[in-house]
Amino acid sequence: MNLEFTPEEQAFREEVRAFIAENYPKHLADFGMREDMAREDFLAWHKVLGKKGWSVPAWPVEYGGTGWTPTQRYIWSEENARINAVMPLPFGVSMVGPVIYTFGSEEQKAKHLPGIRSGEVWWCQGYSEPGAGSDLASLKTTAVRDGDHYVINGQKTWTTLAQYADWGFFLCRTDPTAKQQEGISFILVDMKTPGVEVKPIKLLDGGYEVNETWLTDVRVPVENLVGQENKGWTYAKFLLAHERSGIAGVARSKRGIEKLREIATHETLDGQPLIKDFDFAKKVSQLEIDLAALEITELRTLAGEQAGKGPGPESSILKIKGTEIQQRLTELTLEAVGTYSAPYMGGVSNDNGSNEHPVGPDYAQHAAATYFNMRKTSIYGGSNEIQRNIITKMILGL
Amino acid sequence: MDFNFTEEQGMVRDGLSRLVREQYGFEERRKAIASSEGWRPEIWAQLAELGILGMPFSEADGGFGGGAVDAMVIMEEFGKGLVVEPFLPTVVCAGGFLKHGGTAAQKEEHIGAIVSGGAVFAFAYAEPKGRYDYADLETTAKKDGSGYVLNGHKAVVIGAPWASHLVVTARTGGERRDRSGVSVFVLAKDTPGVTTRDYVTVDGRRASEVYFENVAVGAEALIGAEGEGLALIELVTDEAIAALCAEACGAMKVAHAMTVEYSRQRKQFGVPIGSFQVLQHRMVDMYTAYEQAVSLTYLATLRLGSDERTRKLAVSAAKVGVGQSARLIGQEAVQIHGGNGVTDEYAIGHYFKRLTIFDSEFGNVDHHLKRHVALS
Repeated sequence: MNLEFTPEEQAFREEVRAFIAENYPKHLADFGMREDMAREDFLAWHKVLGKKGWSVPAWPVEYGGTGWTPTQRYIWSEENARINAVMPLPFGVSMVGPVIYTFGSEEQKAKHLPGIRSGEVWWCQGYSEPGAGSDLASLKTTAVRDGDHYVINGQKTWTTLAQYADWGFFLCRTDPTAKQQEGISFILVDMKTPGVEVKPIKLLDGGYEVNETWLTDVRVPVENLVGQENKGWTYAKFLLAHERSGIAGVARSKRGIEKLREIATHETLDGQPLIKDFDFAKKVSQLEIDLAALEITELRTLAGEQAGKGPGPESSILKIKGTEIQQRLTELTLEAVGTYSAPYMGGVSNDNGSNEHPVGPDYAQHAAATYFNMRKTSIYGGSNEIQRNIITKMILGL
Repeated sequence: MDFNFTEEQGMVRDGLSRLVREQYGFEERRKAIASSEGWRPEIWAQLAELGILGMPFSEADGGFGGGAVDAMVIMEEFGKGLVVEPFLPTVVCAGGFLKHGGTAAQKEEHIGAIVSGGAVFAFAYAEPKGRYDYADLETTAKKDGSGYVLNGHKAVVIGAPWASHLVVTARTGGERRDRSGVSVFVLAKDTPGVTTRDYVTVDGRRASEVYFENVAVGAEALIGAEGEGLALIELVTDEAIAALCAEACGAMKVAHAMTVEYSRQRKQFGVPIGSFQVLQHRMVDMYTAYEQAVSLTYLATLRLGSDERTRKLAVSAAKVGVGQSARLIGQEAVQIHGGNGVTDEYAIGHYFKRLTIFDSEFGNVDHHLKRHVALS
C-alpha cells in the first residue's frame, strides 16, 4: 500500500498544470460557479479544451476521449479545482454524451458528439417533473407516435440552464399502459422546436439557474429516439450512475477550505484573527478531517475502477459525504464572513453590471448566495435519501 | 497510489481470520475474560508460532520484515474478534520503543523474547492527573549513580496483569508539562518496589494501577536519550493510534454486519425491522461512517513514515474520525438491537463497550481535534 503517485503521474500533473496556467481564460480565474455567470463564461474553458482534445477525458478514445486512467482523470480534476476553474457542464459531457455513444445510432453519434466535444452545442436535461422528482419513474410527459414524428406534451421542471440550451434530452412516456419503469423513452429535442417554452425560476440566491420547461404539441422526428422505444429507463439509470461519479468534489472543497482559512485570517473576533478562535478553528479542522476521509474513500473507489470495477453503489457514499461537506463548507464560509453576509448583491453581476462599489470585503460578496445555492446538492442527482436507499438495497441487501 | 495488500499480508489476514473464527468465538472469549487469568496464553503462543508477534519487526531485529500496514492488517482481525491478548502494548508499543530508540543490547535482550512469545509488555504512560498529555508527569526518575530511582503512580496500564515487563515514562528533569525532561525506561515487572493493583476493564481486558516506590534500575533501562523521550513517545503512540484505529475498524465492521443481519431476522408489526426506511438509513449512515473510518486509518497508517507534522495531522484526523464513527456505530448498533442490545448475552453490547473505551486510549476525539487545530 502507498499513497504516492507514480513518476509518470507526477509528470502528467506537471503537464496539466502548465497547460492550465497557459491557457485558462484569465478573466475567469478563481471563478468556480457563480449565480451571475454568462453563457460565454460557462463555455470559454470548454472551447479551449475542445481544441486540445481534453474536453471529454472519460469518453472512449474512438469518440474523442483522452485514454487517461482514472487516476489521471482525478489529477486533471484536482488541477482544475486548484484554480477553481469553470469546468465544462455535465449535461453534454457526462450525461447525454455517454448515452449517445453507448446506445445511440451512428447518425446520432455523428450529429451530436462533435458539438458536445467542442462546446458549441449546449444541452439540458429533461428528467424531473413537478410531480416526479426523486420518484422519477412516475413522470407524466407523453410522447405519442404520429407517422414519423413523436408529439410530446407535458411539463418538466428544474431544467438546469435550459435558457441557454440548444438541445435537450427528455424522458417521455411512450406506453401509458405499461408498468411505471417500462414504457419510458429517451428522446432528443431541438429546443428551438415550436411548442418548447422555457420559463426561468428565480432561486433563493437571486440567480436563474433552473427553469420550468413546457412542451406543447412538440413534434420531434422519430430518429431522435435514442435506443429502443420504451427502454428509456435503462438509459436513464446508466446516465445517473455516470452523473454520480466525480460528484464528491474533493479537490474543489480543498480549495474552498483554503479560502475559508484565508477569510478567517482577515476576519477578527475579540481583536484576534477568527482562525485563532478555538471554537471556529475546530469546525474547520473537523471539516478537513471529514474531507481527508472522503478523499481516501474516493481514491479507494478509483483504485477499484482502475482494477476494472465500474462505478458501483459506493459512489452513493461519495455523493452523500461530498455534498454534506460542500454544504458545511459554504455554511462555515458564511459564518466566517459574519456581518457582511447580509448585504444583497443582486442576482446579476455587480462587477460587470454596476458602477456601485460592492459593500463589504470582496470575499463576502458571494458567501450567502453560494450557501443558498449549495442547498441543492443534497437534493439533485438523486436526493441523499435516494442515495441511502441505493446503499440499502445494493450494499446492505435489505 | 496503491490500496492493495501484498500476497503475504493476505496470507497473514487469512491465517488470523481463521484462528479468530475457529478459536475465538464469542462464548470462548466470554469464558476466557471471566476466568482468573483473563486471557488465553495458549492463543499468545499460537500467535508467536504463526509469526504474528514478529511481523512488524525488521529482519535485522529478528522479526519478519513487516511494517505499519502489517500491524494494521493484524489489528483489524483482532478487532473483529474482540481479541484481548496484548499485541498492542507488547508488539506495537514496547516493540516500537525498542525499534526506534533501543540500543543494540536492548533490542537483543527484548525483541527476540517478544517475537517468541516469551515476554509480554505493558506500556505505563497515563497518570491519574495527566489526562492525554504525555509530558504531564508526576512520576519521577532521579539519577542515582549510573542508574535511576523511579517513584510514581501510573493509571490504567492495559495488560499489566499479564506482563513480564513494563515500559514506563517518567520525568528526569524540568518542570511538570515541560517538553524536555521526559524519559522512557524498560524494566522487568518484578523489579523490587513495583506493585500493582489489578482489575478488569469494562471492555473485558485487564489493567493495573502501577506504583513505583524507590524502584532502582540501571542505566541499561533507559530507552533513547535522557530527557529527550517525548518525540519518541509521540512517534510510538502515533503508531499505536493507527493500529488501534485498525482494531476499531474491525470491530465496527462486525458490529455493523451484525446489526444488518439482526434487522433481517427481527420482526415487528409482522415484518422484518430492516424493511423500515428509518432504520435502513441509519444503517447506511453507520456503513458510511465505517468506510470513512477505514479511509482515515489507511491515511494514518501510510503517513506514519512522513515528516512529523504530516504524520501527526493524519494520525489525529484518524483518531477523531474513527472515534466519531466508533461512537456512532456502537450506539446505533445497540439501539437497533433494542433490548437485546443492552444484554450481556448478545455479542453486540461487547462490541459497543470496546468501541466506547477506544476513545479514551491515547487521546480522545476532543484532544485530537485540538492537536489537529494546533497543527493546522
